[in-house]
Amino acid sequence: MIQLENVTKTYPKASRPSLDQVSCGIEKGEFVFFIGPSGSGKSTIIKLLLHEVTPNQGKVVVNGREITSMRSWKIPHFRRSIGCVFQDFRLLPNRTAYENVAFALEVIGKTKAVARRVVPEVLELVGLGGKEHRYPHELSGGEQQRVAVARAFVNRPLILLADEPTGNLDPDTSIEIMRLLDRINRTGTTVVMVTHDSNIVNQMRRRVVEIESGRIVRDQARGVYG
Amino acid sequence: MQRLKYVLSEVMVGLWRNVTMTIAMIITMAVSLAMLGASGLMYMQVDSMKTFYYKNIEVAIFLDAEVTDAQRSELETQLKGDPLVREVIYESKQQAYEKFKTMYADAPDLVNAVKEGQLPESFRVRLKDPEQFKQIFDKYENTEGIETIVDQRRLLDKIFNILGSVQNMALAAASVMAIAALLLVGNTIQVAAYSKRREVAVMKLVGASNWFIQAPFVLEAVVAGLIGSIIAFAGLAAFKGFLLDGSLRDLTDLLTRLSWGDVLLMFPLMAGVGGLVSAVTAWVTLRFYLRV
Repeated sequence: MIQLENVTKTYPKASRPSLDQVSCGIEKGEFVFFIGPSGSGKSTIIKLLLHEVTPNQGKVVVNGREITSMRSWKIPHFRRSIGCVFQDFRLLPNRTAYENVAFALEVIGKTKAVARRVVPEVLELVGLGGKEHRYPHELSGGEQQRVAVARAFVNRPLILLADEPTGNLDPDTSIEIMRLLDRINRTGTTVVMVTHDSNIVNQMRRRVVEIESGRIVRDQARGVYG
Repeated sequence: MQRLKYVLSEVMVGLWRNVTMTIAMIITMAVSLAMLGASGLMYMQVDSMKTFYYKNIEVAIFLDAEVTDAQRSELETQLKGDPLVREVIYESKQQAYEKFKTMYADAPDLVNAVKEGQLPESFRVRLKDPEQFKQIFDKYENTEGIETIVDQRRLLDKIFNILGSVQNMALAAASVMAIAALLLVGNTIQVAAYSKRREVAVMKLVGASNWFIQAPFVLEAVVAGLIGSIIAFAGLAAFKGFLLDGSLRDLTDLLTRLSWGDVLLMFPLMAGVGGLVSAVTAWVTLRFYLRV
């Protein structure tokens, strides 16, 4: 599903590479944590998978497609097969929960009728039934992240990327979000999560890939944080 | 269909959100395009005047007061046999005086001051190619019995030079205004892109196509450009209707008339230039500020 082959990424003006000769394979339906201290290069993996940055060396293969050499006009279509959530939610403040999720559908050409059918369903799935018409500022942090997850999942992507999704949430709320991601993973969606939240990693007991200074130092099937 | 509706409503919201900037953009665009249209009209005008006047233009060869009959008839045969010459008309002192009287009928004092016989006789020569005056001049300059050789074209050229420089000034003004208009378009698009940065980020994230992200911005600029060209056209039409056909009527009768067809022809030119230039500017701006 996801294949990194000897990937090296050095940002302009950086003294050392963010990722240095990293190779890693992720199967369909897996749930993988990328852990490591700040600046270890774990967020760069998310950016590579979204084709927000391109590697200096090596190959990135997603859904059987080599994306490093992908033509730029094909990237939008490619991104439709990937959902993504972030630490800062990235919701549109002037739109309700329903509208935020529907927006993601409408801008890729889905009709309002499709949105009316699909959006309440996915909001129900993330546990926001009844709060469709609240604006982001009327929702708690956990609820806002649920909206973000709903937006990422509404297209039924094959892969869900999560960049520190619990970074802004308290421990209890974090656990709830993890349960939600776990539920999404059980539908067959591959989940890749970048985090440095040790509690969560230890509780989930999933595959853990630890990165330090741009290199993989550990890859464990049912790992813990430390 | 629904996406089209989305794009169009975004365009309207965009134009309205920043309405002072939009108006500034439209005004500079309109002035610039009006200048462009005016210089286009002037170009067509000068062109039609040239063909009209050059067709009727003559070289006047004035003869000495003491010219002999032999000199006169020899010159006439020489001119008639000249390959550069299309037509030769002889104008006697008598005819010159008659012409002078009708030409200055408004100024009887002037007519009375000139006596019959004082005006020189002349050959009015039409050339096959009016550009070849210099050859004619060199050839006949020293012929006995000729006083001066005058090329009427020279006089007309002065008028055309003036019209030409007016046209150049209009073009220069148009291009300076165009630079202002371009900067305003760029700035407006930048502001629009900034105020929609969150939407754009989400659209990129969920995989909206590039044209869909860019279209509202580009169309916003194009709509402003088109409105500008409509105002510019209205300005040109008013200029023609109220000034050229109104208070400046006498002047325009002297020159060749400017037809409504020519004015109308300027509209597609202005709309095309206005729309295209705005679209390209907006698109280039987005390349830098949106990085889709």
